Amino acid sequence: MLKRLLLATALLFAALPPALAVNPAEVLDDPALEARARDISKGLRCVVCQNQSIDDSDATLARDLRLLVRERLTAGDSNKEVVDYVVSRYGDFVLLKPPFKVATLALWFGPLAFVALALIAAFAFFRRQRRARTETAPAPALSDEQRKRLDDLLKGDGS
Amino acid sequence: MRNRWLYTIPLAIFCVLGIYLGIGLTLDPKKLPNMLDGQPVPAFDLPPIKDRGTKGFASTDLEGDVTLVNIFGSWCVACRTEHPYLMKLKQQGAVPIHGIDWREEDPDAGPRWLKRFGDPYTLVGDDPRSKAAIAFGVTGAPETFLVDRKGIVRYKHIGPVNDAVWKEVLQPLIDKLRREKSPEGGS
Repeated sequence: MLKRLLLATALLFAALPPALAVNPAEVLDDPALEARARDISKGLRCVVCQNQSIDDSDATLARDLRLLVRERLTAGDSNKEVVDYVVSRYGDFVLLKPPFKVATLALWFGPLAFVALALIAAFAFFRRQRRARTETAPAPALSDEQRKRLDDLLKGDGS
Repeated sequence: MRNRWLYTIPLAIFCVLGIYLGIGLTLDPKKLPNMLDGQPVPAFDLPPIKDRGTKGFASTDLEGDVTLVNIFGSWCVACRTEHPYLMKLKQQGAVPIHGIDWREEDPDAGPRWLKRFGDPYTLVGDDPRSKAAIAFGVTGAPETFLVDRKGIVRYKHIGPVNDAVWKEVLQPLIDKLRREKSPEGGS
């Protein structure tokens, strides 16, 4: 019974269509062009709700941008031309994936630099530890007197 | 401890990061850079709004005079706040202001709004599908662009124009642009 209920629930969720911001009326007739439009839209930031792509966003400006993307594609623009146009209006910020250029070097290599720094620090730390361990002189041998005292202590402990 | 200074490196990195992140906190991500700064006004040709009796508004209308282009909409609350100040500028004859009535769902809404609160604009274009707004890189209303005699965008103000913005930024810039003689020796 429980199994069936779980299965039914799972099926229900599986059957739900993914939520789309793209209005059916916006969709282009040419599936290849539409696929390109979706692809471009996923990489463009909605400038109103800034952490969504225009493909995800319900904002009116996002819709207008989606329409613009489709219009330009239909007019024969390449993907790059469409993206370049939007960037020329809004700046690199509209690209959800930051471009690779001098101004963004820190962004791309910053994390790598920190990992490298951590590795260097860890390496230096462990090497020093190992050296400290090997360099430690063996404990000096006990003198006769000390050994006798130790034996006494160990013997005396039993009783 | 010969390498004692090594221990200050993490602290130094932390401080530098902290300063950068601190600066980051003071930046407003809603304020995008003006990509058009120093560039010609993007080409647009908008139809007029209803019942106004003027022609539409096109990029070619912007040559010849220093002007403001104000993006507004009857749905925009901040525009309502800004509006009385634009009316005041019109009454003073400070500078011609053109309007882009942006994203009206009802074509009557913009004209009605202007009838009700006053009409500070010289020309008004209707932009229900954000054609001109996107070309200008507008992210929200109101935004105001300062355009010089040659039709070059010189400044973008995001948010309502008020007394402080006018006196501290726009008016000085406009005065400066007006003093610039066009190379053809006009005016």
